[in-house]
Amino acid sequence: MISNLIAHLRTLLATLQRLLHTPAASFLNITIIGIALSLPVGGYVLLKSLQQLGGGLSSTPQISLYLAADTSASEVARIGEKLKQHAAIEHIDFISRSDALQHLQQASGLADVTGGLNRNPLPDAYIVQPKLNDAMALESLRDELNNWPHLEQVQLDSAWAHRLQALIRFGRWTVVILAALLSFALVAITFNTIRLQILTRREEIEVTKLIGANDSFIRRPFLYFGFIQGLFGGIAAWMIVSASTLLLNLALDDLALLYSSHISLASLSLADSFTLLGFSAYLGWLGAWFSVSQHLWQIEPR
Amino acid sequence: MIQFNQVYKRYPGGHEALRDLSFEITEGEMVYLTGHSGAGKSTLLKLIAAIERPTSGSVLVKGQNIRSIKREAIPALRRNIGLIFQDHKLLFDRSAFDNVMLPLQIGGFDHRESAKRARAALDKVGLLAREKANPISLSGGEQQRLCIARAIVNRPAILLADEPTGNLDSDYANEIMHIFKSFHQVGVTLILSTHDERVMQQFPSRALHLQQGELQGAAR
Ligand SMILES: Nc1ncnc2c1ncn2[C@@H]1O[C@H](COP(=O)(O)OP(=O)(O)O)[C@@H](O)[C@H]1O
Ligand SMILES: [Mg+2]
Repeated sequence: MISNLIAHLRTLLATLQRLLHTPAASFLNITIIGIALSLPVGGYVLLKSLQQLGGGLSSTPQISLYLAADTSASEVARIGEKLKQHAAIEHIDFISRSDALQHLQQASGLADVTGGLNRNPLPDAYIVQPKLNDAMALESLRDELNNWPHLEQVQLDSAWAHRLQALIRFGRWTVVILAALLSFALVAITFNTIRLQILTRREEIEVTKLIGANDSFIRRPFLYFGFIQGLFGGIAAWMIVSASTLLLNLALDDLALLYSSHISLASLSLADSFTLLGFSAYLGWLGAWFSVSQHLWQIEPR
Repeated sequence: MIQFNQVYKRYPGGHEALRDLSFEITEGEMVYLTGHSGAGKSTLLKLIAAIERPTSGSVLVKGQNIRSIKREAIPALRRNIGLIFQDHKLLFDRSAFDNVMLPLQIGGFDHRESAKRARAALDKVGLLAREKANPISLSGGEQQRLCIARAIVNRPAILLADEPTGNLDSDYANEIMHIFKSFHQVGVTLILSTHDERVMQQFPSRALHLQQGELQGAAR
């Protein structure tokens, strides 16, 4: 068991030595893999940031009900009760016309303008949170409420959230397709690297076969190489994405200052990072495995 | 231990390298394989190590038929055979010591135990002082001895040597024959191909004489 572990460590060490033996080629390979992987990973980071942004804006749609200006207070309360008991409605918020005016004055700095008004032009309003989220149900609820008396305007404000959702869905597919294509590229790069290695180590393979090496012994160093190269490529991708995120966040800070809000790119979580490294190492191993199965059987000592 | 029955070997291209060979070598025997260049000596040794397969007839090595042996069973067979090649087949990307370590790594032995064994094998062939040297810096005789060290480090039951004294002067040749003799004395089955008359006179033993792929005389 222990000696097995030591044997694996030895192979690992020998593999690292082999990587260092051709530093320029190894560096180039690892960089190419890193860049290839950083594209889908970068896309993933962007998506995650968009989602966080969307979350802050409440992606569940709301319906705003504006009451007619001449509605009496008891009538307003009765409508509130009716809304609360409605089967399709999760919960409601009431915004009185005076609250709305105050809010407007604070939020927009229009105090001077609104202060000049001698009459509050805003209506009382209910903000309705529906139970269901799909477009059909929302629209039928809106149509139903439209027929109620005293409601001047019924407004479904889900368009923006829906657009964001659609954008995120589109982005997710883009990332998935990009990841699939570039994973294939990673496998292909490793396949070719290992093919060249097998060619240059042909003599060594022949001799070890003559001495009694079985296939798994001959395979092992190549599989390790693919694994390690993939792992280092993953680390390179991680560094590229992390450094880019850091730089872009510095630029975003300036931007955010101008608009007095806080926006920033999400960073890779620990789980994300380990997934990235595990996946890239696995793909490297897979490329090596394909290459070895393709080329090794052709080398038989004569 | 090794048994040939009506063995033919025809190479792709039609050349018949071995014709109707039948003989037996018992455990612990030392046998010379003689014949001119092209007589089929190397081919015969390759059949025993399953590097080539017979075209017809059967080659039995420790009870296994080389003609029908499964690919997966070949490594285990070869670990029981020490091979000493005409062209040494040493690896020049590593030290003499690492060359001798290779069979032990293949066998999956413990590293410290292996290192001890490798040094013992190097000592046996008188190369312990050169363990760190790259084989390319060794003389022809030293390379031959290094190849022997690699072949015996696994303590195989059978040792096959293809013209081990081929291009060595007689002092070197004697030295190497003494090494082989010592293995024979501890029970290793030895097959040496050679056309070195002096060696055979000095270390007499049974000889199989090949002529154009056929066994001559009543050497069986
Ligand atoms: N791989 C091969 N393909 C075709 N012919 C071969 C091959 N190996 C050897 N031969 C031929 O078989 C004959 C015997 O060769 P070999 O066994 O090497 O003889 P020896 O070792 O006695 O000199 C020679 O004529 C040689 O040309
Ligand atoms: Mg020969």
